[in-house]
Amino acid sequence: MSYFAGEYDVAVIGAGHAGCEAGLAAARLGMKTLIFSISLEAVANMPCNPHIGGSSKGHLVREIDCLGGEMGKNIDKTMIQIKMLNTSKGPAVHSLRAQADRKRYQMEMKHTLERQENLELKQAEITKINVKDGKVESIETAVGAIYKVKAVIVSTGTYLKGKIFIGEFSQESGPDGVFPANKLSECLKELGVKIVRFKTGTPARINRKSIDFSKMEVQKGDENIVPFSLDDKVKKFEQQDCYLTYTNEETHKIIRENLQRSPLYAGKIEGTGPRYCPSIEDKVVRFADKPRHQIFIEPIGLDTDEMYAQGMSSSLPEDVQIAMYRTIPGLENCEFTRPAYAIEYDCIDPSQLKLSLEYKNIRGLFFAGQTNGSSGYEEAACQGLMAGINASQEIKGEEPLILDRTQGYIGVLIDDLVTKGTNEPYRMMTSRAEYRLLLRQDNADLRLTEIGHEIGLITDERYNRFLTKKSNIEKEIERLKNTVVKPTEDVNKFLRLHGTTEITNGYKMSELLKRTEIKYSDLAEIDKNRPELDEAEKEEVEIQLKYEGYIKMEEEQVEKFKKLEKKRLPDNIDYFSIKGLCLEARQKLNKIKPNSIGQASRISGVSPADINVLLIYLQMNR
Amino acid sequence: MSTIASISTAPGIGGIGIIRMSGRDTFKILNKIFVMKNSKDIKEISGYTMKYGHIVENNRTIDEVLVSYFKSPKSYTTEDMCEINSHGGTVVMRKILELCLKNGANLAEPGEFTKRAFLNGRIDLSQAESVIDIINAKSEREAKEGIKQLNGFLSKEIFEIKQILLEIMTNIEVSIDYPEYDTPNVTNVEILEKIDISRKKLEDLKDSFDNGKYIKQGIKTVIIGKPNAGKSSLLNAILNEDRAIVTEVEGTTRDTIEEFVNIKGIPLNLVDTAGIRESHDIVEKIGIEKSKKLAEEADLIIAIFDSSQNFTNEDLEILKIAKNKKSIIVLNKIDLKQKITSDNPELKDLNKNLINLSAKNKNGLNLLFEKINDMFNLNEINLDNDVVITNERHKNLISTAIKNLNEAERSLNIGMPVDIIAINLKDVLHNLGEITGEEASEEIINEIFSRFCLGK
Repeated sequence: MSYFAGEYDVAVIGAGHAGCEAGLAAARLGMKTLIFSISLEAVANMPCNPHIGGSSKGHLVREIDCLGGEMGKNIDKTMIQIKMLNTSKGPAVHSLRAQADRKRYQMEMKHTLERQENLELKQAEITKINVKDGKVESIETAVGAIYKVKAVIVSTGTYLKGKIFIGEFSQESGPDGVFPANKLSECLKELGVKIVRFKTGTPARINRKSIDFSKMEVQKGDENIVPFSLDDKVKKFEQQDCYLTYTNEETHKIIRENLQRSPLYAGKIEGTGPRYCPSIEDKVVRFADKPRHQIFIEPIGLDTDEMYAQGMSSSLPEDVQIAMYRTIPGLENCEFTRPAYAIEYDCIDPSQLKLSLEYKNIRGLFFAGQTNGSSGYEEAACQGLMAGINASQEIKGEEPLILDRTQGYIGVLIDDLVTKGTNEPYRMMTSRAEYRLLLRQDNADLRLTEIGHEIGLITDERYNRFLTKKSNIEKEIERLKNTVVKPTEDVNKFLRLHGTTEITNGYKMSELLKRTEIKYSDLAEIDKNRPELDEAEKEEVEIQLKYEGYIKMEEEQVEKFKKLEKKRLPDNIDYFSIKGLCLEARQKLNKIKPNSIGQASRISGVSPADINVLLIYLQMNR
Repeated sequence: MSTIASISTAPGIGGIGIIRMSGRDTFKILNKIFVMKNSKDIKEISGYTMKYGHIVENNRTIDEVLVSYFKSPKSYTTEDMCEINSHGGTVVMRKILELCLKNGANLAEPGEFTKRAFLNGRIDLSQAESVIDIINAKSEREAKEGIKQLNGFLSKEIFEIKQILLEIMTNIEVSIDYPEYDTPNVTNVEILEKIDISRKKLEDLKDSFDNGKYIKQGIKTVIIGKPNAGKSSLLNAILNEDRAIVTEVEGTTRDTIEEFVNIKGIPLNLVDTAGIRESHDIVEKIGIEKSKKLAEEADLIIAIFDSSQNFTNEDLEILKIAKNKKSIIVLNKIDLKQKITSDNPELKDLNKNLINLSAKNKNGLNLLFEKINDMFNLNEINLDNDVVITNERHKNLISTAIKNLNEAERSLNIGMPVDIIAINLKDVLHNLGEITGEEASEEIINEIFSRFCLGK
């Protein structure tokens, strides 16, 4: 029997990394919001690796933070190790990565949801979304509760028809032994949503006391702790170590001998796996000549001795897994607490979505996270945030918030998914961003705080702090550009000391800073009148000046890019009627319905020739 | 769309010329200027037929012509079209075109017929680009080149250069996106080496553009020299050369005439031939000023001097012009007693490209042709193997790519981090991708996953 359970603005299905952000954003924007999880023990779970951030993913977390999302704050409270990656490789690719205390991360996030005004967190399986007149009307739980809602955000992760594989054994299941959601996929299909099947996997967990760390390389966190959230000050804490070890020929031999017992190679798994998250058996097969593969042993929390073995994801039978893990130095006597498994799940073809993440054919139906074919906690979270914002915007009758590829990694990610679709789980990478020198993690606030504040997720207090920071940076840059250094003996001694050429004429401080040998902090010695700035401000001044020429170059490219983005393509174009387009382009354009010439140019199958046709078409129909 | 008209035959070939019109009002306009023998209503004329008659203005016959009729959609542009075959040379053709325009047609932009064919779905862009090149081609060699670019010789060459750069890019990118994995470290030396190799290849391609341009448009050549130095004798000697194919064409500036000559495979575009013929009457001062102006736009300057007389001030002015450009110094009148020889101190820096000849006796003319051949590497263009760029857009993209490679090198040399280098290199890949129509970042990502073993 079903019953009417109440009326809400937004319902979020799934409380993983996407769902939590979506629910919080909607509630904070004043929407009466529901958030459902099949199990409340699984809120903000990290069923795979126990870390947040990493190259380009760290950027996403920063961007989420600057738009008023929660992930950065949550990891700042619960991290047990932190590192800034790529510090020698250039300012644009510095990226934070933290090991999380997984349980605390979950508890913290769950508690945040519970305390949030306008938000109700409920344990229930949603089995049905009802649509009336092309618009979302209500949702139903497995036990028959009907909630009338204006918008639904589907963020079901790997739960939709989830199925796990451990060798010959398989079972319908969500991650970490939680129930799968078997009915919602059918409902989505009936609504006309195209479903695809992806797979991913996770390595075994091992008890710490069974590991011999003396045979492994220790990997420590950074001395200097930089938090993810620009709102946070994180105190020094005792950081946990990670460890590095390697597979060897013996490991590979065991894998090769047992390949026929892998469900993947036996053809039992139909889903498409990601290239960048291959199982160890995949690696051994595809890179047969590589003598060893790296394995990272990472703690998953302070209150547990379970350790994660990054690099050893597998769907081989448990006995084979144990045998192959035990060939690895330091793991000779390892005891599994949980075996590795592969998981297959339903997700949607994201090219059915608008850039706002709303499903094109049903108003109020949004999708976010792994359900959209992405992979990774950070990728999921940023979509959740955007879906939460845009569901609220729609209910309020306002324009959706769409970030473009020049504004953030979030813009790149969503544009990629929606415009190109994806035929494997999509992972963020810095190489996907065309303008990465502009999309740095250090300037995420300069790029996005304004937007976050305008939407209503950044408080006035934080916004004002941001304005002060911004003005401090601008003033200091201006000052350095107007400060002339005279070629005195002291100055030249300083320059000699730093291994750079001496000066004979007056030289602008900003120009000296452009020399690769000299850092902003070094210049203090010959720059007596400098104001007191905090570390983040100093960093920003340094990067903006040191790389000024390169930044300008990218900014020029952005101008060009924006010209094409500004050439709007109306929704109602019938691409089949444009004669000059090739057939594939007509089909793709009709399916994606790009917003602009720029977006159209990124659709695979739409050639530069087709773009010229569109440009001429637009001109003729003006 | 409006009705367009233009002279469609490329300057440089043949005695007849075609004025072409396309668009809705084609036949209406034609009707006003064309008096057909045995006049018929347009409805009775079927497509793909030709009618004989006269182009007439105010009852005055301009030319005797044949007109081909093409009815929509069965025409090159799929619109109503006609082609007026005229026999009257440049001036008459221009007159006919003017009449078309006066009666309502618009002057077609370069390549507009093909653009329409493309817009109306008759041909795709790559075909269109090549067709435009083929139309513009004035010689067989060039037509061949147009076809070859279409077939992807250029893409193959670009592809090879891209592979070199992709390899370093992939190594850089993988180290950035997967910092925790042991991936190969790219050294600056390696990067510099790859930059060098690809830059060399790109420069060769770019140089070939100039060659390609010469094939297509001829080597723009200006003959300068004081009155009586022998300009017109030399001109006549060149034009009367055995296998010279001469066509008179409208020059780029209003008051000059260019003549396109193809001698033994050397395409010369002789500028201001009329000026040379008339130069006897021209005041000397004006002659120098004009020479300077013409020299500015020339690919080649032939500076001619009367070797039987000592250098005058005017000769020295002319030497000055020649010094700053690709030029050949011709010491003329060797049939007379020479007062100037190649040892002359004024000619010190110009010795390399100096020849002696007698324009009057056509003595030494071969030396001139050989010299031109050498200077423009015309023999080095092997049409069957080498890629010659003839498309301006391609050339510009290649130039930008070279600029970005230089930038990458500079960044490396001043000690910028790999990320910055990667940005420069990605620009290069992007430039090259615009030629072949591929997207750089997607390629890098595919390359990363096919070459490296990463993941949980």
